[in-house]
Amino acid sequence: MLADWTQQEVLTGTTIMAVEYNGGVVIGADSRTSSGTYVTNRTQDKLTPLTEYIYCCRSGSAADTQAIADHVRYYLDFSRISQGREPTVRYAAHVMQSILYNNRDNLSAAVIVAGWDEVNGGQVYCIPLGGLLVRQPMAAGGSGSTYIWGHLDAQFKPGMTDTECQEFVAKSVSLAIKRDGSSGGVCRLAVINRRRRTTAHYHARRFAKVVRWLN
Amino acid sequence: MSSIGTGYDLDVSEYSPEGKLFQVEYAHKAVESSGTAVGICCRDGVVLAVENIVTSKLYETNCNRRVFHIDRHIGMAASGLLPDARAVARHAREEAADYRQSHGEPMPLSELASRVSNLMHAYTMYSAVRPFGCGVLLAAFENGRPQLYGVEPSGVYYSYHGYAIGKAKQNARTEIEKLKLAELSAANGVKEAAKIIYSCHDEVKDKYFELDLSLTSAETAGRHVIVTGEQWTEASNYAKAALEEHDSDDDV
Repeated sequence: MLADWTQQEVLTGTTIMAVEYNGGVVIGADSRTSSGTYVTNRTQDKLTPLTEYIYCCRSGSAADTQAIADHVRYYLDFSRISQGREPTVRYAAHVMQSILYNNRDNLSAAVIVAGWDEVNGGQVYCIPLGGLLVRQPMAAGGSGSTYIWGHLDAQFKPGMTDTECQEFVAKSVSLAIKRDGSSGGVCRLAVINRRRRTTAHYHARRFAKVVRWLN
Repeated sequence: MSSIGTGYDLDVSEYSPEGKLFQVEYAHKAVESSGTAVGICCRDGVVLAVENIVTSKLYETNCNRRVFHIDRHIGMAASGLLPDARAVARHAREEAADYRQSHGEPMPLSELASRVSNLMHAYTMYSAVRPFGCGVLLAAFENGRPQLYGVEPSGVYYSYHGYAIGKAKQNARTEIEKLKLAELSAANGVKEAAKIIYSCHDEVKDKYFELDLSLTSAETAGRHVIVTGEQWTEASNYAKAALEEHDSDDDV
């Protein structure tokens, strides 16, 4: 006799977040993937690279968002070769939107595309269910985001430095993890700017920091 | 004089024994027997100008311009067969509009030039079609940089500071080389381009021509604008005056 959770789709009931600052973006997510009440992966990385400088934060069906991210990565790779320069964040968001919008009836996916490009610096584009595309200075998504909108609205201020943004995102995602049953694990954080992408993991309960540098 | 391609010039899909594609060379001849088109990258913009030779006084003025809008920010000047130029413009417009829709941003000129070149080259490979009998100059002012690309009937294309194609291309290119492009403003560039067209125009062979002018610059905020009205008259008068000065020098 099989348990309920084996029959249910794997979802990333999630908290994801992205904030622009002058010179880049800070993105964050929790690390829980659930299938019903079973946590299939407590160390999931929902911050998925589309290019070296553009990431997407995934929420909704894990399978859908992974497949779509692969498609977008393919288009962006092709674009980089044919144009001889890094694709813009706007283009990445547009490609993502066209897939999500044109297949809206068959998908359950909402993403935040965030990154840095030479033309417009740090940008965050939010694509909720249905395929609306809108650029925002700060965006949050996933089931956990509903618990922290008040906190976000109260604490967000424009013109934050990257350190302030990192603290803001880490705190906000941790608060959401506390209250949302579908969000959990650690808060994964990444900073994307001209020079490098750095990642850090914050444990929700203790805000203990483990820093790992990429390249 | 050109070598005769007897026997090897019936098909664009046939090479000659020397490795030439005569149909493509003949397409170049179509460009060379048509009115001169000039493109100049100035300090803060790009100017396109065409010597639009008009064969009858019965035509309405400006009914057949040889400068085309490809997108809001890209313009095209053509020399050669006008219907072929219109076909190229139509393809270029579709590419640019498509790109805008799929990318969410305007098409970079380097991309468009590459697509136009691919198109023109494709028509040199099959016996069922003939090469385009036109050469085009593509211009845009992107991110503060003026850009000019020239595409020839063979499909070959380069990026230029300044270029000319058509009847008087050699004279025009010499005139362009004399200009100090890095210091020339786009507004003055319009006048200089007009002057080059007038000075290269052959009064004897082609009596009547129209001056087609366009500008894409910081002043137009990157939009491709066909020059008309006062600015056109000013440029035209400047060119005619320079011509008279030159003629009166000759008398001495």
